[in-house]
Amino acid sequence: MPNPKRKMSKTRRDKRRTHYKATAPSMGTCSNCGELKLTHHACSSCGYYNGRSMFIPKN
Amino acid sequence: MRHRVRGRKLKRTASHRAALLKNLSAALIKAKRIKTTLAKAKELRTFVEPLITKARVGDLHSHKQIMDLIKDKDTVKELMSNVIPTVGDRPGGYTRVVKLGRRLGDAAEMAMIELVDFNEVANAKAAANKEKKSAKAESKKKKNEVEDANVVEETTSK
Repeated sequence: MPNPKRKMSKTRRDKRRTHYKATAPSMGTCSNCGELKLTHHACSSCGYYNGRSMFIPKN
Repeated sequence: MRHRVRGRKLKRTASHRAALLKNLSAALIKAKRIKTTLAKAKELRTFVEPLITKARVGDLHSHKQIMDLIKDKDTVKELMSNVIPTVGDRPGGYTRVVKLGRRLGDAAEMAMIELVDFNEVANAKAAANKEKKSAKAESKKKKNEVEDANVVEETTSK
């Protein structure tokens, strides 16, 4: 069976991993309460979406 | 090839999936608004909307067909006596899906699905906006009429 000839050095391994990054979710501000909210989602603090109240949050 | 492949399997067997959709639609008709995962909410639309359209026919045959889909008598009664009159002559699009963010535990995308005609908060706002718009349009019309009248007077005086 073919196998790697050399051990991968820590540097090489870590260099490859420099591109493994998390992306931040796209956020916007709620038009009703100004709180930070996920785009295309109902506002988690006031329940508004698209300028209209969709539901009243429980707490 | 995946030509014309529609719908989601939701990781269930055909019978399990059918049962799930029946239960979800019964819950939606009873509660008018339910919270579930986004995939289930979107899949539910394709199940309830034709069902409501079918219920609007209102004869014995359609009643039996719906009874065959949702096995619960009380739910069908609620659908026929309460939901259908409120829906009125809306040409489809009886439901609304709004994303709610991810669930703690398994990070599943959650959504709220509701019957559009039963959201009193959103409907009141929409009605108010409509009134405002029509009032605006009317005042504009009046303004134009007044201007027209002025023009006519001017031309006649000359």
